[in-house]
Amino acid sequence: MNRRVVVTGMGVVSPNGIGIPQFLDALKQGTSGIKFMPLYEELKFSCQVAGMPAFDWEGLRNYISEVSFHGLKARGVGYGIHAALDAWKDAGLEVETEDTRWDTGCVFGNSIADTEAMKNVITRVDNKEVKKLGSRVVEQAMNSGVTSYISGRLGLGNKVITNSAACATGTQAILMGYEYIKHGYADRMLVGSTEYVDTYVFGAFDSMRVLSRKFNDEPEKASRPLSITAGGFVPGSGAAAFVIEDLEFALARGAKIYAEILGGSTNSGGQRGGGSMTAPNPTGVMKSVTDAVKAAGISPEQIDLISGHLTATLADRLEIQNWCAALNRSGSDFPMVNSLKSMIGHSLSAAGSIESVAAILQIVHGFVHPNVNLDDPNPEITNIIDINCLPTSMVKKEVNIVAKANFGFGDVNTCLLFSKYSN
Amino acid sequence: MTRQEILDELKKVLSPYTVDKEKLAQIDENTDLIKDLKINSANLVDIIIDAESKYDIEIDYDSADRMTNVGSCIDVISEKMGQA
Repeated sequence: MNRRVVVTGMGVVSPNGIGIPQFLDALKQGTSGIKFMPLYEELKFSCQVAGMPAFDWEGLRNYISEVSFHGLKARGVGYGIHAALDAWKDAGLEVETEDTRWDTGCVFGNSIADTEAMKNVITRVDNKEVKKLGSRVVEQAMNSGVTSYISGRLGLGNKVITNSAACATGTQAILMGYEYIKHGYADRMLVGSTEYVDTYVFGAFDSMRVLSRKFNDEPEKASRPLSITAGGFVPGSGAAAFVIEDLEFALARGAKIYAEILGGSTNSGGQRGGGSMTAPNPTGVMKSVTDAVKAAGISPEQIDLISGHLTATLADRLEIQNWCAALNRSGSDFPMVNSLKSMIGHSLSAAGSIESVAAILQIVHGFVHPNVNLDDPNPEITNIIDINCLPTSMVKKEVNIVAKANFGFGDVNTCLLFSKYSN
Repeated sequence: MTRQEILDELKKVLSPYTVDKEKLAQIDENTDLIKDLKINSANLVDIIIDAESKYDIEIDYDSADRMTNVGSCIDVISEKMGQA
């Protein structure tokens, strides 16, 4: 079955913009969404900055019923519902339905169920107040909570799956949805991911000493991918969602088409060959890229832009090396490369989906967004790729094909290839 | 509290769990929570927890099982308030 898969709707909740128009503007301007968080100072975290969306919680009343809203506390679920319904409406689809939509499924990811909900369970149980927990805890503590809220709101009846693959979750969700359509199991999928990095999740990363801690008094400068002063990542939160469809199915209903998903690949380095729980096996990284290029049926020279994983750690240099080897391109022959994390930090499971919205917007609007804070590029990186590949202000340019990759804890890798749609 | 006073307060307890506000405004002792107000059966637990805190009472499992319509809710609540 040789079906083509296209993106027909997008929604985003990002630290530097909520909704596509605001997010697009932030991308072009290089607007930082990183802020100082007084609570983190109070909790004696080393990293006291984060990318947190300016989310209007009460505004969720416009997205779900009053009964669903009452008792909903999980921020990640709220972000996910918001992004998913925005994407659905953006695709020109009706929200309300009496019947189950058997042709549409959902793959939505997150890395952890809501820890605030779990805290409530633990406190009440330990206080011998289990009777007071009520009916809404399980659905917010279960990992498939966000997927359940979204599929229930929209009546989605095809495959409904919650995926979780650390930082590769978002790109993997898109790839899984793509595969279901490609193989004919579904005509349309709602895909994406969400993450709410609360103090309990954040604290564990802080303890690992992998977070930025030298820019607490200059939050907007704290996330510095590719730079010599990159000193760890900045935690972020948010969500993004896509409606993706079989091309013929989309054309038949006259849908607008943002871009085509040419193909992708996901694998694990098996925590062998230099890979570990926290470090990627370079062979796995390169294989995810070369397999994705092969699946997309393109040649590496056709890639105009790399939307990297690039978290602002020591791994940035290794990532660029792996891209060079996988694509057999380096120096001035290397494509432009940018990291959205320079503006919004690293929103873990949501990173891949939010970055994919950015990748597609750059294709649609013909520009490459800046790498902010890159006033001191790492010489070990500029030794292998030309400095002109690393734009520090917005570049207007036709972008036909973007490679978007994410590499996660557990040594998991996913690479996607998006292209401009043409018949 | 009279039965009418309990019913008026009960409307506030039930409100977040039903979208049908018109039906809710017209409830009487025969109104069924699930059939008439379309309350999700899982939410009955939340209604009991909310009633416990609103009337400062404790509702045991057996009494809670009886709370299927407005009249039986009022029965249980007035019984428990009487005991307190």
